Amino acid sequence: MDFNHTEERRMLADSLRRSLERGADWAALAELGVLGALFTEDEGGFGGQGFDIAVIFEELGRAGSDAPVLEAGLAGGLIADAGRADLVERIIGGDLKVALAHAEPGMRYDLGPVSASVHDGHLSGRKSFATNAEGADLLVVSAVAQGKTALFLVDPKAQGVTLHTTPALMGGTISEITFDRAPAEPLGDAGTLEARVAAATLAVCADALGAMETAKAMTLDYLRTRKQFGVPIGKFQALQHRMADVAIEIEMARSALINLAGHLSAPAPTRDRHVSAAKNLIGRVARLVAEEAIQMHGGIAMTEEYALSDVARRLVAVDHRFGDEDWHLARFMKLSA
Amino acid sequence: MDLNYTAEEMAFREEVRAFLKAKLPPEIAAKVASATQLSKADYDLWHLALAEQGYLSGPWPKKFGGQEWSAVQKHIFEEECALAHAPRIVPFGVAMLAPVLQAFGSKEQQDYYLPRILSGEDWWCQGYSEPGAGSDLASLKTRAVREGDHYIVNGQKTWTTLGQYANKIFCLVRTGTEGKPQEGISFLLIDMETPGIEVRPIILIDGEHEVNEVWFTDVKVPVENLVGKENEGWTYAKYLLTHERTGIAGVGGTNAGLQALKRLAHSEMQHGRPLIEDPLFAARLARFEIELMAMATFNLRTVAGADAGKAPGAESSMLKIKGSIMRQQINDLARRAVGPWAMPFVSEQMEGNLYHPGPDYSAKASNVYLNNRKISIYGGSNEVQRGIITKAILGL
Ligand SMILES: Cc1cc2nc3c(=O)[nH]c(=O)nc-3n(C[C@H](O)[C@H](O)[C@H](O)COP(=O)(O)OP(=O)(O)OC[C@H]3O[C@@H](n4cnc5c(N)ncnc54)[C@H](O)[C@@H]3O)c2cc1C
Repeated sequence: MDFNHTEERRMLADSLRRSLERGADWAALAELGVLGALFTEDEGGFGGQGFDIAVIFEELGRAGSDAPVLEAGLAGGLIADAGRADLVERIIGGDLKVALAHAEPGMRYDLGPVSASVHDGHLSGRKSFATNAEGADLLVVSAVAQGKTALFLVDPKAQGVTLHTTPALMGGTISEITFDRAPAEPLGDAGTLEARVAAATLAVCADALGAMETAKAMTLDYLRTRKQFGVPIGKFQALQHRMADVAIEIEMARSALINLAGHLSAPAPTRDRHVSAAKNLIGRVARLVAEEAIQMHGGIAMTEEYALSDVARRLVAVDHRFGDEDWHLARFMKLSA
Repeated sequence: MDLNYTAEEMAFREEVRAFLKAKLPPEIAAKVASATQLSKADYDLWHLALAEQGYLSGPWPKKFGGQEWSAVQKHIFEEECALAHAPRIVPFGVAMLAPVLQAFGSKEQQDYYLPRILSGEDWWCQGYSEPGAGSDLASLKTRAVREGDHYIVNGQKTWTTLGQYANKIFCLVRTGTEGKPQEGISFLLIDMETPGIEVRPIILIDGEHEVNEVWFTDVKVPVENLVGKENEGWTYAKYLLTHERTGIAGVGGTNAGLQALKRLAHSEMQHGRPLIEDPLFAARLARFEIELMAMATFNLRTVAGADAGKAPGAESSMLKIKGSIMRQQINDLARRAVGPWAMPFVSEQMEGNLYHPGPDYSAKASNVYLNNRKISIYGGSNEVQRGIITKAILGL
């Protein structure tokens, strides 16, 4: 066994961390190879494995980045699965921003049933919770055509496409999208959707881990510097022990993430068992870390101005992306029976 | 032992219900139910309705025009108000300052301020905390220096809830530097219109404007605005804090939250069925309800132990901890229940007329969850309360 990341992955993570600290933009992320690392060599990239995703998203989460990298991997992955190397090349180069519009209002955390539909090359229906669709150049949209769920490419600026966009709890944006006979180009079937969502769930877990590390660092820093009753509050044993528990739980989260990353390419039942194990555990820990970080800070953490509030919201949102604690618990029970 | 309400208590409940039915405007109840921010006008309107009915001063002693409600009556009142989605009573004047003035204020102060609290002429806010003085309140630095007939006040208060609506602030200020820090503190009533006061908004984690910083630069305060004796403000402040803690169990609000959540879980669908049928969610809800049933009795046992008009002792720290945790849990469950609708994040302070795209019951689930992280922090943090329990009750 070896629990160290490869040299290449460590280097990518380090340089990503440094450039995010300097405020890297989309072009810089592409330049660094962040987008290429989401895709396998066959697809035109140089990564695409569980641990590639893990190291990248941990850094994005640590930095609190709003860049639509998850969407590049998720929608881009589906584009790659359809054999559209031309588009993948542009995604990796940073020239084409993509996003997925799959979920619908009544699905909650399930992946179906889809009710949007395509007739004569035009797509109609309502999609929900499309992250970072605002500003995307191209949408991958699921819809039923000839009785089967398939994937389509839709230009978000095309006639018949309306985005209702709000800020998202985790940062970035989230859109409700209505399609009213919008021109849709067939992309392929939806056969790889589950695998791509599994990878995106891993990305969310890794992002959460990075955000937890930030919350922990900020809280430790505050415990050392904030004084009440003439001493740093970190001297109070009540807080020390809670901080110790937080540190333990973060190691649990990191371990669950490693379990998942190591099984991302396993056959579906094994893969999904690990997805659900990790997502259940990390959803719980993310909330714990957010709540404890706020509590141990006191009032200051309740303010929008203090940077922890973004981190805390990002952590709370973890449990709402690609299935919450209970959804994954139920699936884990089914897969383990 | 008798777990039943008396006939009088049940009659009181009916009276409160009838009042709420007749006087609570549906638009305001709808705002409260959907956690929409209330305007000052909304608060004022409800304040007046309660004052006219005599409910605002219900818990006050009879000699100040109150009815000396028993703890059980107070509980019934709070429970019914919460279930009807009445706005919370802004506590700073009615429930915090008034008891202090009644116990320690001069006759002139009582005669002048108490009626103005009831009429709504004065909206009070609480100027205790400072950036450097939170849990360690006694380390506060805002100074008041006596010059003739006035105190000159300099310094900064923070976290001042709804200070943007207030015309008056009661402050703890430092008037002495000798002895223990608690010994040099005075309790001062300050008109917010006085030159030298600046109120700056603080936006909270839910994106809303609820609290403020209040800055004082050479603010002249007449000496007759001192409550009680100079340098004895700490005693009054502690008295006030125990009053602040009585309502903080918030059982009424939590129960209303549970009822709302049950309705929500019948509407929200999962796998094509109402969420309430999901065994994992139903188990969370049931576990919560089991605790709330015990909590309600715990609350009544504790408050009933205190005589009418008096504040409960250190036991209130237990209520505050358990009550705040349960309130936060119900908000957490509501956020879980709305599923992905928790992700669109809209606040009323955001520009551009944004609206939440989901069902009404989902729009504020995240905001409310985030906002109520405050209740284990303010009013004496839960860590501080645990400290009180270990010392005052457990003798450790
Ligand atoms: C939304 C909101 C509204 C408020 N409204 C008002 C208001 O209207 N008026 C007003 O005066 N104040 C108000 N407050 C202030 C509130 O009372 C303080 O936030 C509270 O006293 C805690 O102080 P602090 O935030 O400075 O945290 P700190 O005291 O700095 O505490 C930080 C952490 O250290 C812990 N800690 C501190 N001391 C100890 C100890 N001895 N042992 C163990 N742990 C300890 C705390 O529990 C907390 O976890 C409000 C606060 C909030 C968040």
